[in-house]
Amino acid sequence: MLRSDRRAGTVVGDGPSPRGHARKTTRVGAAVGSCLISIILLAACGSSGGSNSSSNGQVKGTVLVFAAASLSNAFDKIGTQFEKAHPGVTVKFNYNGSSSLATSIKQGAPADLFASADTTTMDTITNANLAVGKPRTFTKNKLEIMVAKGNPMKITSVGNLAKPNLKVVVCASSVPCGTYSNEVFKKADVKVKPVSEETSVSGVVTKVTLGEADAGMVYVTDVKANESKATGVPIPADQNVVADYPMVELKDAPNSAAAKSFMNYVSSSAGQKVLTSYGFLPAGS
Amino acid sequence: MEWIKRHFAGIAIAALAIVTILYFVLPLLGLITQTPWGRFGKTITSSTALDALRLSLIASLSSTALALLFGFPLAWMLARGNLPWKPLLRGLCTLPMVLPPVVGGIALLLAYGRKGLIGGPLATAFGLSLPFTLAGVIVAETFVSMPFFIVTLESGLRAMNTKLEDAARSLGASRSMVFRRVTLPLIWPSLIAGTVLTWSRALGEFGATITFAGNLPGVTQTTPLAIYISQSSGQLDTAIALSLVLVAVSLVVMIGTRNRSRAGSRSNA
Amino acid sequence: MLDADVQLRLERLSLDAPVNVGSGEVVALLGPNGAGKSTVLRALAGLLRLAGGRVALDGTLLEDPAQKVYIPPEKRPVGMMFQDYLLFPHMTAADNVAFGLRARGVERNQARQTANAALERLGLAEVMAAKPGAMSGGQQQRVAMARALVTEPRLLLLDEPLAALDVSTKNDLRRHLRTVLRESQAANVLVTHDLLDAVALADRMVVIEHGGIVQAGTPAEVTAQPRSQYVADLVGMNLLQGKANGNVVEVDGGGRIVVPEALSGHVLAVVPPSAISVHRDKPDTSAENVWPGQIAGVDLMGDRVRVRIDGPPALSAEVSPRIVDELKLDDGGQLWAVVQAADVRAYTA
Repeated sequence: MLRSDRRAGTVVGDGPSPRGHARKTTRVGAAVGSCLISIILLAACGSSGGSNSSSNGQVKGTVLVFAAASLSNAFDKIGTQFEKAHPGVTVKFNYNGSSSLATSIKQGAPADLFASADTTTMDTITNANLAVGKPRTFTKNKLEIMVAKGNPMKITSVGNLAKPNLKVVVCASSVPCGTYSNEVFKKADVKVKPVSEETSVSGVVTKVTLGEADAGMVYVTDVKANESKATGVPIPADQNVVADYPMVELKDAPNSAAAKSFMNYVSSSAGQKVLTSYGFLPAGS
Repeated sequence: MEWIKRHFAGIAIAALAIVTILYFVLPLLGLITQTPWGRFGKTITSSTALDALRLSLIASLSSTALALLFGFPLAWMLARGNLPWKPLLRGLCTLPMVLPPVVGGIALLLAYGRKGLIGGPLATAFGLSLPFTLAGVIVAETFVSMPFFIVTLESGLRAMNTKLEDAARSLGASRSMVFRRVTLPLIWPSLIAGTVLTWSRALGEFGATITFAGNLPGVTQTTPLAIYISQSSGQLDTAIALSLVLVAVSLVVMIGTRNRSRAGSRSNA
Repeated sequence: MLDADVQLRLERLSLDAPVNVGSGEVVALLGPNGAGKSTVLRALAGLLRLAGGRVALDGTLLEDPAQKVYIPPEKRPVGMMFQDYLLFPHMTAADNVAFGLRARGVERNQARQTANAALERLGLAEVMAAKPGAMSGGQQQRVAMARALVTEPRLLLLDEPLAALDVSTKNDLRRHLRTVLRESQAANVLVTHDLLDAVALADRMVVIEHGGIVQAGTPAEVTAQPRSQYVADLVGMNLLQGKANGNVVEVDGGGRIVVPEALSGHVLAVVPPSAISVHRDKPDTSAENVWPGQIAGVDLMGDRVRVRIDGPPALSAEVSPRIVDELKLDDGGQLWAVVQAADVRAYTA
């Protein structure tokens, strides 16, 4: 027999009825469901960076920098130095092919800064009104041919890359280093048939260092970074391109103050010193 | 209010179900509504798109065939054989299922690449090389998709009553007749399910393919690779069009084979 | 005719059983669970390899490990009926029955016709096109029979053919099976745990226990003189063992019993439960066997009641419910059991 206890608002019975159990499990289920949904919503909203400058001009919080893959080693070091100089700031980097990063930014990624490996990709951001002010060229790079350590295939020029049965890997033309490579080939008047078009220059580096490809078109900085695993074959100045790397603050940057500060640091002598140590060319050259 | 209290269970479940269905349906709706239908015809018949689709078709079907050819005996041994360390063996063969695909790609390079464990000797001896070729794509896709076939088929083999095979033998059936007319019809549903699963995994494979076989339009750029390259360089038209084709093909196959594998056993005269 | 000596060494069973069956003869294999009865059938069919011994059918050697001879099951002229029928679930009844014919090379239409005819003869015309899942237990059993018989096997092996049926279907199908076996020209081996099956269907009975044959003979012989507790239980008799000295038998475990014939040495004695009468007070009787005992339990078996008495010797008496009531046997306690020597059957072990 079930009696209803109006005061306590519960239903009292001889023992748990099947329906009572079902109700209880559904309540638990609904509670779990709401918790899960809340967690997902919070995770989506929550990741935006910290707060901005404090009263006395000291920047703090997180800065999220989207940077071309070729900048990874240099920027990591610059980031650490910047954090030392500005305690309270954390710099986070997202490295990828420049065009991938641009696409993400256009789709609303919450980045503070964008550092691209070429101006063409940067233009797509400024043309979409996603930038604050004009992009600033903060460093330059050049291309170089990367080959296996010791250059066993004896490659000495861009023209050699057209040799049949030579496995050459380049970046896809949708990525800056890909367009640069095409320019170099055009300048050298060479028709190269690559075996693969990688989505970022790191992919090219991997294929060469693992021994899958005989040669790859990479940046000078990549050759320097992989000195122990590969050898570089320089490209003469009249065939090479100079890659201008622009950087810009993004319009909806969550931490504008810290972003500006970081951008200035990169262009400062401290930042430039790090960049040149990795093989980049100074901004002014 | 009373009504809500009484039907709380039903309402809660329905609400959760609706949210879940939306979670799956909205992306598809987004895809369909954002497709630039005007330019669709031109986009889908561009050489990039056609090459990608052609390569995907060849590679995924070949991988599925290989998975069936090599996965069947392995599943058989795992289900019925007396192998030592079976759990370990099974774990190794199904590892690609839980590995991130790009890890699979690196592993494949280290084994079958030009300087790889097996690939090295093969390259020096016969000049054979898998990376940067369609064969390499097929190897990568088979690597990640065969485990699905093995797992599904093994469970189907275990589920069947092997005594029926004894009965068939006692009636005079040769081993091949037992297989054809008793075993095969009984494991048919899991065979179909395994094949479909394998094929769709092969079709969608990206990480291992691009790492092991590279990306070259017309040679190794399968549809998922083409979609990624297109979208990362802002050519959303191509990306969306190809995505739509993949979704449509997958839906058709899924729905088509759902009925088959649920229809159960067939009668053989 | 079957001339076999089945020797097997399995994980939990070591078996050594000669099985000889003439053409047209029906031999029933009985024994407790795990004794190896079904295993013997599987070995005769070739589904299990012998460890030793041999199997010969109609003069042809089917298996002999010592001579490295082994003919696989599909090449033996054997028909087998399995405990759970093992009908192919994805085939119709007709296809099931035709399977054996097709396996032996009979052309499809011919096989179909033969199968259909066999099913019609059994009154199964209406399930010809049905799958096993849609048939009743009795129908499945008959289809399984038809399937095993249609290839005209020389050795027919039946593993608990009636076990899965309810009582009334069982009786009907037992009669049907009897007819089938009577007409059969094959050597027939039937495994069953039901004594009624053995009595109704078999020419001879073989009892297997602990991996060996403990008793063999016609059903009448075996039931009249059980040689093991298992058979005694099967037959529903009290079985006592002991040392005879003339008419008196010292029962192993305590007590003594007077038997009609003078015997000596190790003997077995069978006491029908119905021959035991029970009394609360020591009765005044000329019966040779009068024992006191404690009531160990009272069990209802249908409309009769079994009273278990700790003697010694320990026996079960069969009494009517009226007696249970009158003597208040439910309350337990002391009893006097009485058996006429003439009702006891004793024989050398």
